[in-house]
Formats: sequence, C-alpha cells, structure tokens
Amino acid sequence: MGKNSVNRKVYGWLDERFKLDDLINFMKKKEVPLYRGTIWYYFGGITLLLFIIQVVTGMLLLLYYKGSSELAFESVRFISAKVKFGWLIRSIHSWSANLMVLSAFIHMFSVFFTKAYKKPRELTWYSGFLLLVLAMGFGFTGYLLPWNELSLFATKVGTDIPKTIPLVGGFIMNLLRGGEEVSGSTLSRFFGFHVALLPGIFTVILALHLVLIQRQGMAAPENWDELPESRKKKIPFFPNFLLRDLLIWLIIINVLSVLAVFFPWDLGTKADELAPAPAGIKPEWYFLFMFQTLKIIPAKLFVIDGEVFGVMLFSIAGLLWFLVPLMDRKTKSGEKSYWLIYSGIFVIIYIIVFTIVGFIAK
Amino acid sequence: MNEIPGYTEKSSRRDFLNYVLSIGFFGWIVAILYPLYSYLVPPKSPDVDVSNISIGKASEIENNSSKMFKMGNKPGILIKTKEGELRAFSATCTHLDCTVQFNKEENLIWCACHNGKYDLNGKNISGPPPSPLTPFNINVQKDEIYILK
Repeated sequence: MGKNSVNRKVYGWLDERFKLDDLINFMKKKEVPLYRGTIWYYFGGITLLLFIIQVVTGMLLLLYYKGSSELAFESVRFISAKVKFGWLIRSIHSWSANLMVLSAFIHMFSVFFTKAYKKPRELTWYSGFLLLVLAMGFGFTGYLLPWNELSLFATKVGTDIPKTIPLVGGFIMNLLRGGEEVSGSTLSRFFGFHVALLPGIFTVILALHLVLIQRQGMAAPENWDELPESRKKKIPFFPNFLLRDLLIWLIIINVLSVLAVFFPWDLGTKADELAPAPAGIKPEWYFLFMFQTLKIIPAKLFVIDGEVFGVMLFSIAGLLWFLVPLMDRKTKSGEKSYWLIYSGIFVIIYIIVFTIVGFIAK
Repeated sequence: MNEIPGYTEKSSRRDFLNYVLSIGFFGWIVAILYPLYSYLVPPKSPDVDVSNISIGKASEIENNSSKMFKMGNKPGILIKTKEGELRAFSATCTHLDCTVQFNKEENLIWCACHNGKYDLNGKNISGPPPSPLTPFNINVQKDEIYILK
C-alpha cells in the first residue's frame, strides 16, 4: 500500500466523521486581498508563531526551573551552564518573547491605520487588545522568574504602581506581591501567573480571536468599497496565503535562531533584597516609554502626585485605545477621520521617541 | 383581578419561594467567593514589627560612606557624613518603592530607578519622589550602633 493511499484512507476516515471537506471548502473560499498593504496581514501569523514557540520553550524550561527565591537564580544558571543546549532554549524563550510583543505591536498599529477594527470586526479588536495586555503580563511576570537584580527592582516598581488606584490599590498590590514587599512569595505568585493563570486566559481569548478572523475573513482596504469587483485582486487563504505564511514563519525562525545564538540572553546578578537599585536600571523595552514618562513627571502636578498623574494618563490612554472602534464615528458614516489617524501617528512617535530616550538616558 | 380562585395565594407562594431561593443562591455565591478571596490575601508576615536592631560598630564605618541594613522586612540605610555624623533612614524610595543608595560624589541619597534625589536629611530635593525618606533614631552605646524606629 503506497503512502498516498494511506493518507487517503486516514483522510477518508476523518472526513466520514468530521466532514473535513466542508472545512477545506470554507478555507478555500476565504480570500486575502492582494495590494501594497498585504504585508501587514502577516504580522498576526508571526505573533501566533512566536506564541507557539513560547509555549514549547516554556515547557522545556519548566523541566529544570525551580520557582523559589532560594533556588530560582541557581536553577536558571544551571539551565544556562550545565544543561545541554539549555542556554539556547532560554535564549530563544527570551528573544521570542520580545519579538512577539514587537510583532503584536506592529500587528495592532497596522490594524489601526488600515481601520480593520471597524464594523463588523470590533470584537476582534477588543480581543486583540486584551491579548496584547496579557502578553505584556507574560513579559512582566516572566521577567522576575530568574530572580536577578534588575528583575527585582522592575517588579518593585511595577507592583507599586497599582497602589495609586484609590480604595482597592493597596489590596491589588498585596494580591500581586503576596505580601507587603516583593519577596519569595511574589516569585511564587508570578511563577503561577506566568505558567498557569495567564496561559489559561490567553488561550481562551486567542481561540476567540482566531475564530472571529476565520469566520469574518480578512478586512479589505478602505478604498476597496469604491472599486469594481474586477479590480480587486485576491488570493485564496488556503493554500496560497497559508504557504506564504509558512515561508515567513521559516524566515522568522531563522532570524530568531541567529539572535538567540549570537546574542544569548544575560542572566545578571542574583537579586539581593537589601541591595540598593543599581545605576542604569531599566525595564523591558516595551515598558520603557512609560518608565521614561514617569521619570520626567515632577513630584507634584498642581494638587496631585506626579506618579498618580502618570498612571492615570496611561490608564486613560489605554482605555481610549481599547475603545477605538466606538470612537471612530466618522469612518462609520463613510468619512475620513483625520484626527484619529493623527492621534495614532502621535502615539507611535511618542512611543518611539520615549523608548529611544529611555535607552540612551543615564 | 382575582377571577381565578386561589391565584393570588399561589403567586405569592411562588414569590416567597423565589425569594427564599434567591437568598439561598446569594448565600451560595458568598460561600464560594469568601474563602477564595480570603485565600488570595496573603497572611501578614510575623517579623514586620521590628523596632530596635543592632547593625555593627560605629568606628568600623568610614566617614562619607553608607551601610545597608534590614529593618523588619524593609531595607534601611545608615549614612556617616563627611563630618562623621550618623544618620539612618528607611531605604525605600517614596516614589515607587525602589531601594535608594548613598551617592558619595554628589553627597546625597539617590534612587537609580527614576533618578530621585534626597539630601542627607532625607528630604526629597529633585526628581519624582513625592515625600521625604522616613528617618530612624540612632543610639550608639559602647561603639555599637542601634537603630530605633
């Protein structure tokens, strides 16, 4: 019996039970618009690939990692120094995490500027926003797990910020820290959040996000509404676009390997709860623009604390960004909404400038 | 209104049952949420209330230098000024909880996280810190330094 006939038999067995033909017909029907903005469609898939890599390498790290303040640093050092290719797995996990956040940001801004969030895709935008927040939560909790000096202070600052929320702030801080101070209890909690709580929630929302995209198909560019059918170039999602996706995945895996091998992730020095914050301390780059803003806001602004002002500013900005599909009334009624595009450009410039300033600042 | 005999009675009995069941359901929700909430709140750690500790000999600390110590769960900083005067503060920055350090060159207390600066009296003088560092009392007995809250 040839390989093909085995395949056909397996396919036939499955098709009889699950009607695979329907699914394949559905995928074939789905089309991806082909125009100069098509490149932006790949970033969702790239983010997905990097997430899958995170899950796989994360599971591998779990085989050796120990989540307690006495053993965490030593276990990560053991992974990097003693376990064969441990340094590579860890380095890939760290690099892939950073690239995933970057790719998610690009994906988000491309959706923003192509206005792909508008009706009927509002829920896709909301779920995507939640996924980005969760991804940053992954980054924040994962950063502490090696229990090094930098991560200890990043966590102190990060978990102190909710304290500015009136009434429930102290409670939230305690809940995150597992006590008044950042300590071994915080590490245990963050470990739990990082490997159980966040992945659970993330997977559910990701499934919703993907189902919505499959159900509704790709958003066409804005000016396509006026084009005649004959001028709209499209390719089938299956197999054409999927094959292109896979080719890009291959490139990303190569880029990731090169980065992980030639720029292995540093371990730093073990956290000492008594030591002062080291000079030049910085959070992960995707928190840098917020960090830098907090740095330049003076202690008092009119009557409120600068810190409270900064946190309020970013909370409101985040909420407005989340609600973009609701605010964009002009696009709904077919007009161009310039102020939204300008604010999007402002947000990008702000993030880039403050990230760079954060990098070069002493 | 009451064309059907017994209708009002029946419906009030149903209302009563619904009412009782709602209270029961609400109680059931509380019975689940309360233990969950209590479990999430960490128990208070026992060693928070330290008020008096010994941290070493005064003669062993050089002028214009500092020493970190632990006051309960929180870090503290002892500074010996150029003139040889001892001062102690909570080392927790009042901005966002980082740990401060003594900056010899600038002769001030500095927080590396957000560039907050305090003078040697613990007063916030520049950067984002909203309030001064909490000072501790110092008691030197036979060269041994005791820090008092």
